[in-house]
Amino acid sequence: MAHVSELPTRPTGKVVDRDTTTRIPIEDVRLSAANLSIAFLALLFGGLAGLLQGFVRSGYLELPSWISYYALLTAHGVLLVLVLSSFFSIGYLYAGTSKVLGGLHPKTIGFGWAGFALMSVGTVTAAFFILAGKANVLYTFYTPMQAHPWFYVGLSLIVVGILLNCVGMFITYQSWRKNNPGKLTPLFAFFSNAVFVLWVFASLFIAVFVVGLVIPWAFGWVPTIDPMIGRTLFWAFGHTLVNIWMLTSISAWYVSMPKIIGGKVFSDSLARVAVVILVVANVPGGFHHQILDPGLSVGLKFLHVIQTFMIIFPSLMTAFAMLATMEWAGRAKGVTSLLGWWKILPWKDARFFALIVAMFAFIPAGLGGIINASNQINQVVHNSIWVTGHLHLTVGTTVMLTFFGVSYWLVPFLSGRKMTKVLNRLAIAQTIIWASGMLIMSGAMHINGLLGSPRRTADTTYGGHNAAADWAFYEMFMALGGIILFGAIVLIVYIWTQLAFFAPKGETDFPIGEDFSEKDASPLFMDRWSIWVTLGVISIAIAYVIPLFDFISGHNPGSLPFLMF
Amino acid sequence: MRIHHYEKLWLMIGSFILIIFLSILAIQTFFLDMGPPSHAQTINPETVRESELFANAALTEIGENEYKLAIIAEMFAFRPGDLEIPAGSTVHFTLASPDVTHGFKISDTNVNVMVVPGHISKVSHTFSEPGEYLILCNEYCGLGHEYMANTITVK
Ligand code: HEM
Ligand SMILES: [Cu+2]
Ligand SMILES: [Cu+2]
Repeated sequence: MAHVSELPTRPTGKVVDRDTTTRIPIEDVRLSAANLSIAFLALLFGGLAGLLQGFVRSGYLELPSWISYYALLTAHGVLLVLVLSSFFSIGYLYAGTSKVLGGLHPKTIGFGWAGFALMSVGTVTAAFFILAGKANVLYTFYTPMQAHPWFYVGLSLIVVGILLNCVGMFITYQSWRKNNPGKLTPLFAFFSNAVFVLWVFASLFIAVFVVGLVIPWAFGWVPTIDPMIGRTLFWAFGHTLVNIWMLTSISAWYVSMPKIIGGKVFSDSLARVAVVILVVANVPGGFHHQILDPGLSVGLKFLHVIQTFMIIFPSLMTAFAMLATMEWAGRAKGVTSLLGWWKILPWKDARFFALIVAMFAFIPAGLGGIINASNQINQVVHNSIWVTGHLHLTVGTTVMLTFFGVSYWLVPFLSGRKMTKVLNRLAIAQTIIWASGMLIMSGAMHINGLLGSPRRTADTTYGGHNAAADWAFYEMFMALGGIILFGAIVLIVYIWTQLAFFAPKGETDFPIGEDFSEKDASPLFMDRWSIWVTLGVISIAIAYVIPLFDFISGHNPGSLPFLMF
Repeated sequence: MRIHHYEKLWLMIGSFILIIFLSILAIQTFFLDMGPPSHAQTINPETVRESELFANAALTEIGENEYKLAIIAEMFAFRPGDLEIPAGSTVHFTLASPDVTHGFKISDTNVNVMVVPGHISKVSHTFSEPGEYLILCNEYCGLGHEYMANTITVK
């Protein structure tokens, strides 16, 4: 088969015959690979910061005077939840979309590179000011703490870059629809589009906050800022980000996992319904970060609890669909016993193994989320290190292991190489090491949180007060988990390097499950995103108009800046 | 679109549990007065220290076994400092910040509230068990955040 770069014309607008073309145009490969490389670097540096944090918190390490614990923690948060998640979702979704839609639109490539450039410059700028000690504000940068103005400029470059990538995705998606009237978009493309719609929602909130409010205030053009507006806009962004990486992850569960285990997508239409619920209903979930804030009424907070819990429906649907997919795959292979299908799953295939461990991690992660969001119980755990334990289970385990699993086909797919037996075995080991490290670290964090230990605190001895006496024991386990995890990061970076540059050449497929059986096809209007965006805007308005209006008209005198450097 | 029989059942059970769960939360919030602290009153951060509410704040008895206390949460201390209260008393805390956002958490209790500049936060608690409680700031508030703690001794 001809190498893609030698193909005479770029295939646009038509589904490429899956059996003859496993690769995508070289321009798309380059763009995707560039995004993934930054994501991987972010993991390496972010993980290093995490390792050091665990040691400082437990008192095993004292940092040199030029860097504070909080600078590390800022870097950890920014690199892992913002940089890693955005670059990875772009790299992965662009590649998969190119695969199912037969190449990205040439304009998409343009927007993609422009976005990539802005995001990279933004990342480097933000990282520089964090490490220079001029932005000890953590990744939430709650005002009126103030970092160096250029830190915020860095962040806004990342956001604008993401928005350019959104435009890029919409161009390809819509041009495919135009060229294929009367056809439903492939499920993977539907997922991608949903993620980028969420990116738009998320980016607009944070752009209004950073560009509209913080930057003018940080440069001193405006004297004061209202911290409650800031918290509200930040979490509208922050919680949407959670849905972004969950949706990115479950796209692999729904679309690729069936193919890997030799089965079919359980229900294309129900998958789309789950996607739509996540996009429409859940942005306002961000308020569950503000259950203990002043200035929001009890009734309003209760409304937000209900909106947060809307996420339970797509989660239950996903749980059902995953198990059903696995069972049907087994039945199709002739298994008749009640649970025999479970045994014949490809446990020795790292792509599957990483995904299924990720799914299992989501069970305690989701339960923890229900606890956190439950209004009253929130008072027990809010801002304790329990929360940090929770987010290492959700994004740190469920999402990261899914990303790792995806990378085991995505990286060789892009590099034109093949996973070897040895690498596959290493990848399985990596999954086990990562999961055990997280289990230890996040387990210790959960326990310590219940015992009252606060999160985001460099030293929790409190002069030897006896309320803090029990914490040290579990902090030891946090540090231990950190060592194991860092080992796993080194291992995955090794695997990625091998897959990208050294593994034997060959064709690796991007597994795309059989799209839909005719009788289960979704109605065409599912592809009309104007409907879902409108409903999403309504649901956001229900949640945000009242509180934001209250804050704006509430005569909050505003806060002067307090420099954090 | 066709929803599998078992999936319908599964979603129905899920919704049922969710409704029960939310009803319990609603009863606790609206009938048992267990809603989260949600006071909505603003104050100018620049004048918190001189304000009527917070200047010269001290533990004040307002009823039998009932006290009120205004506390300023600032970088990096709670003022007034260490406190002493009789066992069995209920204390109504009023909090504000003259600088950045802080957290107000009392160890071994469910007292936990954000203190956001510009707003007044309120929270109450009955201290039945004697002992020395730790009050700590659980929201990052700057490079000295880990030093922001006091004690309440209940006798
Ligand atoms: C080597 C692996 C890792 C280690 C050792 C580690 C360790 C830590 C520690 C000790 C903290 C808490 C500090 C505190 O609250 O005082 C923390 C916070 C956090 N970690 Fe990790 N972590 C690791 C990987 C990750 C990954 C992969 C993610 C997400 C993709 C992640 C996301 C976060 C987030 C969002 C926070 C909260 C930051 C904040 O409160 O501002 N971590 N991590
Ligand atoms: Cu504080
Ligand atoms: Cu603090």
